[in-house]
Formats: sequence, C-alpha cells, structure tokens
Amino acid sequence: MNKTKFYIIIILLILIPKTSFGLIEVDITRGNLNPLPIAVSPLFVESKSKKEFQNLLKKKNIGEEIAKVVESNLKSSGLFNPLKKEAFLQKPDIAHLKPRFEDWSLIKAQALITGEVKYENQKLRVEFRLWDVLAGKEMMALAFTTVPDNWRRVGHIITDKVYQRLTGEKGYFDTRIIYVSEKGPKTNRIKKLAIMDQDGYNIKYLTLGNELVLTPRFNPTNQMVTYLSYFKNLPRVYLLDIETGVQEVVGDFPGMTFAPRFSPDGKKIIMSFAKDGNSDIYTMDLENRIVEKITNHPSIDTSPSFSPDGKYICFNSDRSGYQQIYVMKSDGTNVKRISFGRGLYGTPVWSPRGDLIAFTKLHKGKFYIGVMRVDGSGERLLTENYYQEAPSWSPNGRVLIFYRETKSDPEGKGFTAKLWSIDLTGYNERLVDTETDASDPSWSSLLSE
Amino acid sequence: MKLNKIFKNILLITFATMLLSACATKKVTNQMQGDVYTGKDTVEYLASGVPDRVFFATNESVLTTASRETLRKQAAWLRKNSKINVVLEGHADERGTREYNLALGERRANAAKDYLMTYGISSNRISVISYGKERPVDSGSNPLAWSKNRRSVTVKAN
Repeated sequence: MNKTKFYIIIILLILIPKTSFGLIEVDITRGNLNPLPIAVSPLFVESKSKKEFQNLLKKKNIGEEIAKVVESNLKSSGLFNPLKKEAFLQKPDIAHLKPRFEDWSLIKAQALITGEVKYENQKLRVEFRLWDVLAGKEMMALAFTTVPDNWRRVGHIITDKVYQRLTGEKGYFDTRIIYVSEKGPKTNRIKKLAIMDQDGYNIKYLTLGNELVLTPRFNPTNQMVTYLSYFKNLPRVYLLDIETGVQEVVGDFPGMTFAPRFSPDGKKIIMSFAKDGNSDIYTMDLENRIVEKITNHPSIDTSPSFSPDGKYICFNSDRSGYQQIYVMKSDGTNVKRISFGRGLYGTPVWSPRGDLIAFTKLHKGKFYIGVMRVDGSGERLLTENYYQEAPSWSPNGRVLIFYRETKSDPEGKGFTAKLWSIDLTGYNERLVDTETDASDPSWSSLLSE
Repeated sequence: MKLNKIFKNILLITFATMLLSACATKKVTNQMQGDVYTGKDTVEYLASGVPDRVFFATNESVLTTASRETLRKQAAWLRKNSKINVVLEGHADERGTREYNLALGERRANAAKDYLMTYGISSNRISVISYGKERPVDSGSNPLAWSKNRRSVTVKAN
C-alpha cells in the first residue's frame, strides 16, 4: 500500500492552520459564473537555491515555475480566476512572511497563495501558505520535501491542498491519465499506450505501437493498468505494471476478452469475453485466478463498471434490441435497465462518489456525454458533438475526461482524436493537450494518498 | 440434423426476402440498399467469382440475401479447397462506442461463420477475429463509407 512511490516524503509539519470560520468558500456544485479571484504569488527562492535548481532542472526561477503549475491547475478547474502577476504589488519573500492585505484586495484578490522553495540536502523543500485576503487571515500552511525532479508534482500537491481547503472536497491534480496515443491514417492507425500528468505534461509511451492497444484503465488502488492488446493478433485483456513494465495476459480464455476494468478494491478485473457471437461479462480474481461468469444472456453484454462499494455493476447490453445501460448486483442477479431516454446508451461508468453513472449517448446522429443517477433518473447531457465517448471520472467525481473525434472527408482528411474534460456543471469544457492524437483516457487516483 | 438446418436456412431466407421486399420503398442508391453496401469498390476475390466480404446494416449482424449468396460461393470454394483455412474478420463503422463495436464485429463474423458451417465447412477451418471499428477500409465520415466498413471479410489463413 505504499502509494508514495515517487519518493515524495510529505512532511506535514508545522504551523497547523488555526481553525477558522466564516472564511472564503468555493461552491463547486455551481457553474463558473463567478470564479474566485485568487493571486498565486511566485514562490520565493533565495539566490543560492535558485542557482542549484537552475543547474539541476534548467529552470531560471523554480519558484515562478511551480506557481505557474498551480495557477494553470486552478484556472482549469473553472472555479478560480488566477490574477495576472504583473499587477502584484508585493514581493514574494515579504508576502510570504506577512502579506499586506490592502495591496492584494486592491487588485481584487480574495485569496492569496505564497511560498518559498529551498534546496536542502539535495532535496526540494517547499513551504506554502494560503491567505484569506478579505478577512486578513492565514487559512493554511504546509511544507513538504521531495526530489527536485518532482517539481511539477509539488505544484499539483499545492493545488490539491488549496482546492480542498477552499471547496471542502479532495482535489484531483496530483494524478495521471493513461490513454491511447494515435498516429497515421484511419485505415491503419498506429496506437500506443501513453501516460501523462493530469495537465498534459510528462508524457511517456509505454508500448511501441507494434500491436493495436485499446481501453487502458487504472487500478484505483495502485499504479497497475489493465488494457486490451492485439498482441500476436489475439485480442486479450492484459495487466501491466507501469513501474516495472511487466505485463501478462489476464486469464486463459479461448477467444477475445475486452472492456476490462478493475474492481474498486483493485483485486479483480471485470471484462467481457466473446464467444460464438455472444459477449458476456466475467470477473477474474487476480490473487487466486478464479474466473466467474457474471452475465449469461445471448445479447451483447459489455463495458462493465463496479460501484465504488463493489456491490453493484453497471454495464451495457443490447438485450432490449439496442444498446442500453443496466445495473445488477455484483453476483449478476437483479438485472435492471436504467436508461430509458431516446437514443442508444453506452460506456456506463460509476462515479467514485457512488451517486452518478456517466455514459455516452447516441441520438439522431449526435454523440453526448452525460450523467444519470444510479436508478436512471435525473439524466443530464453535459456536451454534444459529432463523435465523443468513453468518459472517465476524476478521483473526486467532479470532472470527466473523454475523447472526441472530428469528421473526415472522403480521403480521411480532417480527422482528429483528442482528449477533453468537462466538469459536472457542464460549463467548463477543456481540451487536454497531447502531442499526438489521443483516445480512451483513464484517470488515476491521487498519487500522494 | 443437417437437413433440418438447411430447411431452417431456407425458411430464414424466405423470411429475409419478405422483409427486404417490405423495405422496398427504402432509398436505393447504386451502391447501397437501405444502408447495406451493395457496391464492389472494396471487394476482393478469394478466387474467380468468389467475393471475400459481406456487408451489414447499422447495428445489425443479420445476413442479407446478397451476403448469403456470397457465403455460399465461399463455402463451395472452401469445399473444393479442403486444405485452406480461413479467418473471418468482423468490423463495425465508426459511429458506435469502441467496446460495443468489438462485440458487434465478433457477432458479425460469427454470423458468417455459422452460415459457412451450415454449408458443410468444419468449424476447425474457421477462426474469427473482431477489429471493432479499428480497421475501416474507407476513411470517410459519410453513410457510404460507413456501409463499406460494416463488414465481415474472409481471409485465407494459410
């Protein structure tokens, strides 16, 4: 259970925040009509440390760089409006000691982040504070130490702490996305597994593109991945340890296995197995290798996803004649259809909060990403487009990432596949930039938990 | 047993013909009937007069009359060339979710396999693979391109 694999030693020191009431709060259930104006002061770096970091990381001012990571995260959430630092009146070092609140309220900042970065025993030590400008109070102070190479993660962790302090919910910034990188003509697409930070940085390719790979999904409890590979032209579900690169076939099925996902405790893989024109849902226990058949129906049953308590499974079936979403108990009993709107429904995925199921919907030639309650009520469509599918939840259940394809002309020109994110309000839709075309994103849990 | 199956097939064919004539008012272009591809642009041949692929309607895996005719030709060719094994590659168009399309491609290829088997081809000689929507033959985003991509292709395995 050692999740802090990246040597992050979080030393939660210090200056434990004085409990405070009546301070600023951000309501994340509403749209971004009024994002909170926040000032992220560049973190102060004294000159000796600055030089060390310059040599190590080739960054002129690491304090500014970390602040930029925080700023861009806060902005992407749609809940905050980071102010331009040209307007800042106070120097970073002085602000960090004790901000002159009048200066910050003058530029309309309601919250302020200050901090200091030091090079200490070959480690990067960061200390930051969150201030309520209007109340003139410190809301939080925290320090931690890590290897210098992890400096972007430092920015993500700061954002998570600030987000949590201001919204009351856990953040989703110190996370990664695994996805399929795509290149080449549509008729012979080269696909590779790729992994990156949630904000699109630090892209790494995990396969070479020799075989078709699809639908990677994170284990919610660690950094293992399950995916579909056409290795040796046999489409099978694989398990991949992204730390060691070791991979293995899941189970011994005499045919195609696909649509894999982990159970919430990370101990089982749930997937479809296709035989003789019929796809049913199976689980395999990763410890004792016991395989269980969960559905037994002549229709197509696929895209299974567990509820976070592991008691239920939502899945996609065409047993009514067309693709619809169903929910059943995890032993396969009590199957109930929950999608009854017009159109076809696919790719159901249970929210980590347990309250919603996200899905793809096809209606009158348009594709939608939407959410409904687990009994099928309260359907809300968040975004409409020519083609989009495969939502994956942020670990706090507030944001969805999915992929979108554009139309191509008869020669195949104009085709792109890109990752997009949208929050549950439906207002904050963003392109998640990847250096190649991309599809099938899956969001990891928080790395530093 | 075999006769029984053939009889069942004849029934199915009659049924399909009735269905098709019922749909006769549907738009017929020179390359599509309903939304099933009827052209020859992408078709290759296993032998002279033996087309390698059959086409499907959107979301369907039912064999059309034309598909059955093609598969009967393939069965006859396979009976003559008893050492040849085949792979049936099932495909879907790009207008569906990836995972469902993998299942649909498998279902389509198996519809073709079942038909070959009713015409006496042993299941040992036929393997099946689904590519879902991963390997379109036409990269356009239009109904004609999609109709060419909804297919099961019979490929020599040896």
